[in-house]
Amino acid sequence: MLDRAAPKKSHAPHLEAPLIEADNVTRILPGIVPTTLVRDINLKIGSKEFVAVTGPSGSGKSSLLYLLGLLDMPTKGEVRIRGSATSRMSEAERARTRLSELGFIFQFHFLLPEFTCVDNIVLPMRALGRLTREQMRVRAEELLGSLGLGEHKYKRPDQLSGGQRQRVAVARALANDPPVILADEPTGSLDSKSSEQVFQILRDLVDDNGKTVVAVTHDLDLAERMDRRIHLMDGAIVSDD
Amino acid sequence: MNLVLDVALTHVRSRGRQTLVAVAGVATGVGFSIMMAALMQGSQEDFIRQLVNALPHITVSDERREPPKQPAQTEFDATKIYNLTPEVRRRGIKNPLAIMAALEAWLPGYVAPSVNVQAIIRYASRDVGTTIFGIDPKREPGVSELVNQLREGSLRSLYTATNAIILGDRLAEKIGAEVGANVTVQTSDGARINAQVVGMFHAGVQSIDESTAYVLVRTAQILARQTGLVNALRVRVDDPMQAREVSERIERETGYKSVSWQEAHEDLLSTFVIRNVIMYTIVGAILLVASFGTYNIISTITHEKARDIAIMKSLGLSESTLRRMFVIEALIIGLAGGLMGFVLGYILCLALGSIEFKSPFMDTNHIPLSYSAWHYLIAMFVALSSSYAAGFLPARKAASVNPVDIIRGAT
Repeated sequence: MLDRAAPKKSHAPHLEAPLIEADNVTRILPGIVPTTLVRDINLKIGSKEFVAVTGPSGSGKSSLLYLLGLLDMPTKGEVRIRGSATSRMSEAERARTRLSELGFIFQFHFLLPEFTCVDNIVLPMRALGRLTREQMRVRAEELLGSLGLGEHKYKRPDQLSGGQRQRVAVARALANDPPVILADEPTGSLDSKSSEQVFQILRDLVDDNGKTVVAVTHDLDLAERMDRRIHLMDGAIVSDD
Repeated sequence: MNLVLDVALTHVRSRGRQTLVAVAGVATGVGFSIMMAALMQGSQEDFIRQLVNALPHITVSDERREPPKQPAQTEFDATKIYNLTPEVRRRGIKNPLAIMAALEAWLPGYVAPSVNVQAIIRYASRDVGTTIFGIDPKREPGVSELVNQLREGSLRSLYTATNAIILGDRLAEKIGAEVGANVTVQTSDGARINAQVVGMFHAGVQSIDESTAYVLVRTAQILARQTGLVNALRVRVDDPMQAREVSERIERETGYKSVSWQEAHEDLLSTFVIRNVIMYTIVGAILLVASFGTYNIISTITHEKARDIAIMKSLGLSESTLRRMFVIEALIIGLAGGLMGFVLGYILCLALGSIEFKSPFMDTNHIPLSYSAWHYLIAMFVALSSSYAAGFLPARKAASVNPVDIIRGAT
């Protein structure tokens, strides 16, 4: 849950203990003409980092995010989460790691349309099974309240605006209190006001809650306001500052 | 509620009309399967009850399966026998009382002697060919339903006249005889007696009611012109399905040909087997067709829910969890269809059972139906199995999708 009373932390990266590590990662899509999505990616992302992944369309930003989020498997190289190599993990182990260590936010909210906001947030908690039903409900309601959606908790996604849906998606990503949030163009489908709201929530997640946020974005102004920028070109990192 | 079940129920509920069609398909399959099973087994049981149970379960006759060896055959290695004259008169069962006493020591049922004679009954210038059974009124209730089939008189009334006879009601009607009438009974070899009708029975089977009569054993022996003759022992066992085994043991112990009702009606029983194979094939086909509906809806759901599947995978739900989710959706349809099918099947049975008809051959005036929990359980098992199979393939396909492909497609 968002804890706004927590003291502000430094934006300085903690590279000495990486949460996510990509070691020479390459992803090639097989086919008659194999397509290289990303190549020779080496990076380490520590705790409490706010990282922007930028680059032109087709540069491999989202592909890199999916690889770091264990949604895709590298053709070569290794992705480590908290030091654990993921290439040898079973599908179930990778799923479990996603549940407990990673939270996803997509450009489109991708909420389950038949479920209420609370149910959407409770779903990953139920899959993880650490809390009781009542604890899950209370946590989901608190998350929605902290994101300004307290009065919408029993509404379905189609009853909310785009910005509200994206905030529910943020709440869902935080459901299991993962240390890392991976966001793929989180403000890409929102108007400027909603974009600013969502960006501020992500900022607070890093500053106030000690989360690591890795966000793919086209918006260079937004990227400038983040702590670290990784720029990709043709599937390779060309700058990391 | 379990997460998997909860999501599965939500998916199924959110597609009300499609789900209803699939459930109706399964329900129709299950309902008609139950009705067909009730109909087939009911008619089979009715047939066995009417035609087999009404007769003795085992008949021990004074014949042998293998002709007795001639003394010369046992004496020499090679023998050729010419002009062997068969016995004109049957000898009957030797020492029937001793055999009956020996059988009663272990037999799980009853045994009674009988003498069978073919004769013509004549009354008021009408002649009817008849099978006359000489029976022992004291033992007869143990081996046949005759005592329950009597419309007039009783078995004991066979003792009330010198030559008393009980006629089938259709036979009596044919010749116009009533209780108290004196009829003439004559065999082909000239034996002839006057008998008094002391009772009438109705077995419910036309062939029996119009050509059978009962007399005392000694009256039948007079007609056969053979004092002390007993040419059949009739046995009724407690469990009719055990008749074959009991019959084999009787034959081993007595040496006389012993025929169980199963052996006597082997052709009919094999017809039942074929009939059951046909029935279960049709039932299976009905449920298979119903399962296509289930396959269709699960395929549709997984296709429509591809994006949600990708999202759930990205959240951290494993392939096996997602596979289970869609299989459970198929099972929910199968279960709902099965339960609705129970109601439909029962209603169909009631409707079928209420239809009245008149058979010239049997007393039955309703379609015989068998109500058995097994019909319902088997139909439900097949419905759930076919639903599982119908759900498994699309579920496996859905669970194995690469979420990245779908997320990229959606964006």
